[in-house]
Amino acid sequence: MFLERGSYMFEFKRIFKKSRYIEVKNLENDNGEKKPNIPTGMWVKCETCGKILYSKDLENSIMTCENCRTHFRIGCRERINYTIDSGTFIEYDKDMISDNPIDFEGYSEKLQSLRDKTTLNEAVITGEGKINGQHTVIAVMDSNFMMGSMGSVVGEKITRAIESATEAKMPIIIFTASGGARMQEGIYSLMQMAKTSAAIARHNEKGCLYVTVLTDPTTGGVTASFATLGDIILAEPNALIGFAGRRVIEQTIKQQLPDGFQRAEFLLQKGFIDKIVDRKAMKDTLAEILKIHL
Amino acid sequence: MGTLPFEKHMYELKSKIDELKSLATEQNMDLGKEIRQMEVKLYNMQKEAYKNLTAWDKVSIARLVERPTALDYINKIFDNFMELHGDRYYGDDSAIVGGIAEFNGIPVTVIAQQKGNNTKENIKRNFGMPNPEGYRKALRLMKQAEKFQRPVICLVDTPGAYCGLGAEERGQGEAIARNLMEMSNLKTPIISIVIGEGGSGGALALAVADEVWMLEHAIYSILSPEGFASILFKDASLASEAANAMKITAQDLINFGIIDRIIKEPLGGAHTNVDEMALGIKRNLEESINRLIREPIESLLTKRYYKFRKIGKVVE
Repeated sequence: MFLERGSYMFEFKRIFKKSRYIEVKNLENDNGEKKPNIPTGMWVKCETCGKILYSKDLENSIMTCENCRTHFRIGCRERINYTIDSGTFIEYDKDMISDNPIDFEGYSEKLQSLRDKTTLNEAVITGEGKINGQHTVIAVMDSNFMMGSMGSVVGEKITRAIESATEAKMPIIIFTASGGARMQEGIYSLMQMAKTSAAIARHNEKGCLYVTVLTDPTTGGVTASFATLGDIILAEPNALIGFAGRRVIEQTIKQQLPDGFQRAEFLLQKGFIDKIVDRKAMKDTLAEILKIHL
Repeated sequence: MGTLPFEKHMYELKSKIDELKSLATEQNMDLGKEIRQMEVKLYNMQKEAYKNLTAWDKVSIARLVERPTALDYINKIFDNFMELHGDRYYGDDSAIVGGIAEFNGIPVTVIAQQKGNNTKENIKRNFGMPNPEGYRKALRLMKQAEKFQRPVICLVDTPGAYCGLGAEERGQGEAIARNLMEMSNLKTPIISIVIGEGGSGGALALAVADEVWMLEHAIYSILSPEGFASILFKDASLASEAANAMKITAQDLINFGIIDRIIKEPLGGAHTNVDEMALGIKRNLEESINRLIREPIESLLTKRYYKFRKIGKVVE
């Protein structure tokens, strides 16, 4: 069927063969809005089912495979664009960047090169906006920035967002995507777990709604703090969600792990999440939840 | 003495002293002067060594099998300790010991991670690595302390939360998170003391407190030095370099303002004199518990919130 595009196919098969993740760069269009920009005419092969996906279709399905429903990882800016009503997003703390609290060699340089490469300042964007007209505070993590690891900035931005929501008696929605705590900040990263959880405790005490959306991957210190404290916990299909890393568990128990271990569906079965929501339905689902909690 | 690598030359001297002592007894000789001289020399060697411990040295002290465990202290510091069991949902985790006791006549709740003092005990205690049911037992006991207005004292000593299959299935992440949240506004005073290893989130789940102390040679870290070396240096054998880079000692943490107090250990480490160590902990607890129970709960909770709120270094 696609023989005439043989050379294209070969090229993109090579590029996309190994990782499920597709990097989608955000470029500003004429209106100054940042939208995911997928060069037209590109074909991508879904690593899970092998179906060839046309770029436009991929964009319309919000970076998911129409065939097998694999959800590719997306950056926080794309996530905000899909979730928040256009023109309503107000970003908080956009200039906050990391310091080097335990003086870890090479950390500052690594941060600078990531800021240049990803156009993100850190692994989370926080702010407020509307979802189908419902007002909410929102935080969205991004695994492109140091695997979404939580250091002082992620901890501080999320804590401030929760505190703003508490102050204004508003709901908060947090999309998690993280490899865990940020090693390079040592004990400071560990303490962010306590800090964010304490902020949630106060938000909770005021009777406010907190919805977590667990995305692929959500692990380590983030799972063991704010990510599992939502009143309602949603997850994207097949998202990897767990505390310890797979390899560490295998080394500990000296056994192979069951199929589907630490995937969203497994967690649903074990009673730890409320609902798995397809990305195309996420915005409406969140709007519905917000409305019921008014 | 326990078997610490940096004490090697001291063992040799100690052996000589012991030899001389037995020689003196057997042969009925007066070697008092020689023995005393060597003992003074040993004492000075120890003082010098313990002034210059590296982070990795501290790791070996904190992990020493002979190091006193929670129960060693509980029975010396508290009276009438009654251990209570179970999380009421699933099981009883031996890696966590908890119960009610009296402290100078004041009813308290005591909770701890419990390691073993030998291999057999370590297996029973899962090396002090709790499963979710352990954290849930701790939470149950803490909520009960809140109900009855008892101060909570936590003794922290764990390599980390257990990374088993069952632990994941039963929600290890959720159990830790729940403790962090509930401890942060528990309406009763909490004091947590890291007595050995403060292993990451598994330790923090018992350490969201009004005051967090560490024994002089205890460690408290985001991850084990081996794990850190493995991830960031791609080589687990670089653990001692990692330990130095990570800033995991009590001295580092008090400089950062992350812990509130260091409790001095007897020269050579807590294991050389458990009674003295227990007394040191008890004295510190006396001062703090008396102060904290007099504080209005709202004020206590505000201070506790800001204790953790202020931790973090950012650039704006």
